[in-house]
Amino acid sequence: MPASKRKSFPWHIVVFLAPAVIIYTLFMIYPLIDSLRLSLYTVEQQGGPEVFVGLGNYQRLFTDPFWQPQITRAVGNTFEFFLIHMFVQNPLALLLASLLSSRFIVGRSIYRTLIFTPSVLSVVLIGFIWQLILSPVFGRALFAQIGIKLPPLLGQAETALPVLSLVSVWQWVGVPMMLFLAALIAIPDELIEAARVDGATGVGVFWRIKLPLIMPTVGIVAVLTFVGNFNAFDLIYTTQGALGAPDYSTDLLGTLFYRTFFGVQLQLPNPTMGTAVAGVMFVIIFTGVLIYLFTWQRRLLRNTVEL
Amino acid sequence: MKRLLLVCVLLLLVMNVAQAQDTVTITIESWRNDDLTIWEDTILPVFEAQYPNIDVVFAPTAPAEYNAALNAKLEGGTAGDLITCRPFDASLALFQQGYLASLNDLAGMENFSDVAKSAWITDDGSDVFCVPMASVIHGFIYNKDIFAELGLEEPATVSEFYAVLDAIKADGNYIPLVMGTADQWESATMGFQNIGPNYWKGEEGRLGLIDGSAQYNTEGFAAAFEALAAWQPYLGDSYQSQTYPDSQNIFALGLGAIYPAGSWDISVFNSTAEFEFGAFKPPVPDGQEDCYISDHTDIAIGLNAASPNAEEARIFLEWVTSAEFATLYSNALPGFFSLSSLPVEVEDPVAAEFVGWRNECSSTIRSSYQILSRGEPNNETQLWEISASILNGTVTPQEGADTIQAGLEAWYAPQQ
Amino acid sequence: MSIKPGSFLQLAAAHLALLAYTALALFPVGLILINSFKERNAIFRTPFNLPDAETFSVAGFETVFGRGAFPSYFLNSLIVTVGALLLIFIAGTMAAHALAEYQFPGNTLLGLYLAVGIMVPIRLGTVSILRLVVSMDLNDTLWALILVYTASGLPLAVFVLSQFMRQVPRDLKDAARVDGASEYRVYWMTIPLIRPAIGTVMVFNMIPIWNDLWFPLILAPGERSKTVTLGAQQFLGQFANDYNAVLASLTLAAVPVVILYILFSRQLIQGLTSGAVK
Repeated sequence: MPASKRKSFPWHIVVFLAPAVIIYTLFMIYPLIDSLRLSLYTVEQQGGPEVFVGLGNYQRLFTDPFWQPQITRAVGNTFEFFLIHMFVQNPLALLLASLLSSRFIVGRSIYRTLIFTPSVLSVVLIGFIWQLILSPVFGRALFAQIGIKLPPLLGQAETALPVLSLVSVWQWVGVPMMLFLAALIAIPDELIEAARVDGATGVGVFWRIKLPLIMPTVGIVAVLTFVGNFNAFDLIYTTQGALGAPDYSTDLLGTLFYRTFFGVQLQLPNPTMGTAVAGVMFVIIFTGVLIYLFTWQRRLLRNTVEL
Repeated sequence: MKRLLLVCVLLLLVMNVAQAQDTVTITIESWRNDDLTIWEDTILPVFEAQYPNIDVVFAPTAPAEYNAALNAKLEGGTAGDLITCRPFDASLALFQQGYLASLNDLAGMENFSDVAKSAWITDDGSDVFCVPMASVIHGFIYNKDIFAELGLEEPATVSEFYAVLDAIKADGNYIPLVMGTADQWESATMGFQNIGPNYWKGEEGRLGLIDGSAQYNTEGFAAAFEALAAWQPYLGDSYQSQTYPDSQNIFALGLGAIYPAGSWDISVFNSTAEFEFGAFKPPVPDGQEDCYISDHTDIAIGLNAASPNAEEARIFLEWVTSAEFATLYSNALPGFFSLSSLPVEVEDPVAAEFVGWRNECSSTIRSSYQILSRGEPNNETQLWEISASILNGTVTPQEGADTIQAGLEAWYAPQQ
Repeated sequence: MSIKPGSFLQLAAAHLALLAYTALALFPVGLILINSFKERNAIFRTPFNLPDAETFSVAGFETVFGRGAFPSYFLNSLIVTVGALLLIFIAGTMAAHALAEYQFPGNTLLGLYLAVGIMVPIRLGTVSILRLVVSMDLNDTLWALILVYTASGLPLAVFVLSQFMRQVPRDLKDAARVDGASEYRVYWMTIPLIRPAIGTVMVFNMIPIWNDLWFPLILAPGERSKTVTLGAQQFLGQFANDYNAVLASLTLAAVPVVILYILFSRQLIQGLTSGAVK
């Protein structure tokens, strides 16, 4: 960069980076490393000393007959949770955003605010109200009025996770919607007009002009969804408890981590195995982010140059 | 004159400071959010009137977060002076890690029997680390109006129990048995541990599991799982997604007839139910003479070893051992029964009924709490899952019992 | 998808779709609202009915204001949220600018380093954070929360903002440099250009900060530093919840966030429509 090369030492870069790096390192990285360190240790007995075991805990996690089913199930459930968000939440957000981006829709900002409202509510409220809506006594009465016999959706292993994923989609769809909206509004009108002059229909304009232009945002939304879902915990914990009931069918990596690290009821905290679960979460999310950075973003950069 | 004024002011200042130093604030950590007003308005004022220089703050945490938050605060050194103790291993672990102080020499500990102290004592019996506060008793609460309407009597035996349930089911207007499986602990605690002691003969069976002479998949324990499975036809529609608060509300609204209960539910229904309710103890299998109840040591209070106000905290703990506290606590919280050996009068009629069973039946505690939940898989956690699965019909009672027995055999030497 | 003027049918269809989804979004929210004005048994007896003369009750709100210092809890939440957002804004935009604008050795690596924080559940570091806060004598202060939320909000902020800053046209900044602007001036010039992204990042960070229960519980449980979400938890009991109070306190707690959201989203849309971004 011209400005920085002329000077002997680019102090301004240091100034720009220092506040973020200092606060972040002190209150985030240091505590996390201090804790993740534990995943390389084990404690033989309650109150006893920590013994270094290298990657032993991770090996145990993936081979031990007690741990292996738990971690594979949690990884599988978390992927299902993520995929439902990816293929329901994000297309829905894009659809809503493209409707809201039209200048001819009256009351856009009202729609926008109302659709976003669920995102600001606390998970305790969300969990409470959806449990009430889907509950055997109260929800059934409501659905019976419109002629639907409501099955115990949150109590069956086959339906609990998909239904809770949809509740989560319902809560969070406003966030990607806002991101898409920002990107769509930023598209210069001339481009769209030019395409119309060439005879493109509304749908054609969307696929040929708008979608390619908002690809960077699609990428960001995808990676944010991935990161958010692989850290998900609150909704499941509030509605189904730390055991991911029924029969662990809603157990995510987040709940497995919490239950192992902090304990549940009579099950004592196991910080060393708990941090190992967190380590697995880290590796999965890190891989996802790397894939995003080195394939998606690279390709996009190349595309923009070609444009 | 001026000088005199100055002296006066100085004197006042000194007195003020002295007084400020005299008043010590001690904080109680607890998961009993429910009792916040009772502690603030009923229990603590009595103590503070006797010890005006000690200010006690009851600072509860939402129960779901309590263990995790408490552990973090103890490790970080910011936990309160007094710690409300869960029974058995959770508190034992805190003692072994040095977070709870030993209370062997606390005056007043002689007011508790060995059984009362058993949940807060080291395995070798050398150190007791919490003052026992209360136990909870399981049984059944029923809607008296519905029983009167259908002409039903309190059942005493298992066959009478099913006759009553069949009659309610045949009438069709009420849910016979109000329980759900969504909160798995409800199935295990209000179901399995409620009726189980009659089948496994209380302490005999429980101690048998610990020394290896009894198994979860044979005799009494297997029979208890079978008995639990038989409840399924009497539960409400969609009971699989019925949570514990749902169950409470369904019963309180008068939609169901019988509610498998913990004695703590009494105070909940006292404030929510608009009808009269009564209680009957877990029905005994036909032909069996003796009855057994789950009289579970549930709550105690200990001293944070790092407390800077240990002296004042101990004064408070000594007060907790007194008859005054026992009476105050038992009556402010009907359904939490003092563990003190000193005589305590329980005024609430239903609570008195529950506690009266202590004289008719032998008491035991929940089967999984002592020693058996130290390993992986955790015995209590497995009981939750399996009890719910049995009621959901996704495993048979025998399969469920086998799974739990296998879980125990995986790590517990006496069962191997 | 975009609608031509005059195409009445398309317009109607678009409104219909939006109305339908808005109804779906609001139905549960409305349930929360109407039930917070009902007496306890009515919540469960007739959860889907509007409060009437018989079931209307403000008992929940009375409990909320009668027990605990809720106005001060609100103030604490507001200070923590706004304070953390301010710090995230300042530190986040500066760092994002540095990463997007200057090619220095280790740029990519530092970018990754700053993103690592979003990949591990922050609860994992609880005990270390608490010890750190105690050693700085910040426990039971709002500063502890502000700093932790800033640290945990920064990764996402830097990640998203730097992506957007890369899209700001180079010519604009180089022109300013030719005119003799300092690097700090160039940075300050970029800020309005990415207003939409900043608005989004702020909204994104605001919600979890406002609704967080865990760190207030661990780092600042004292009465003076209690946040509103933590205050509302006192109504969730072991065996029975005070539903009136839970609904009332959490409904009240949502109001300031909605207002903050409207402020930020106005920022966002104004930034977009003023034509700042091309």
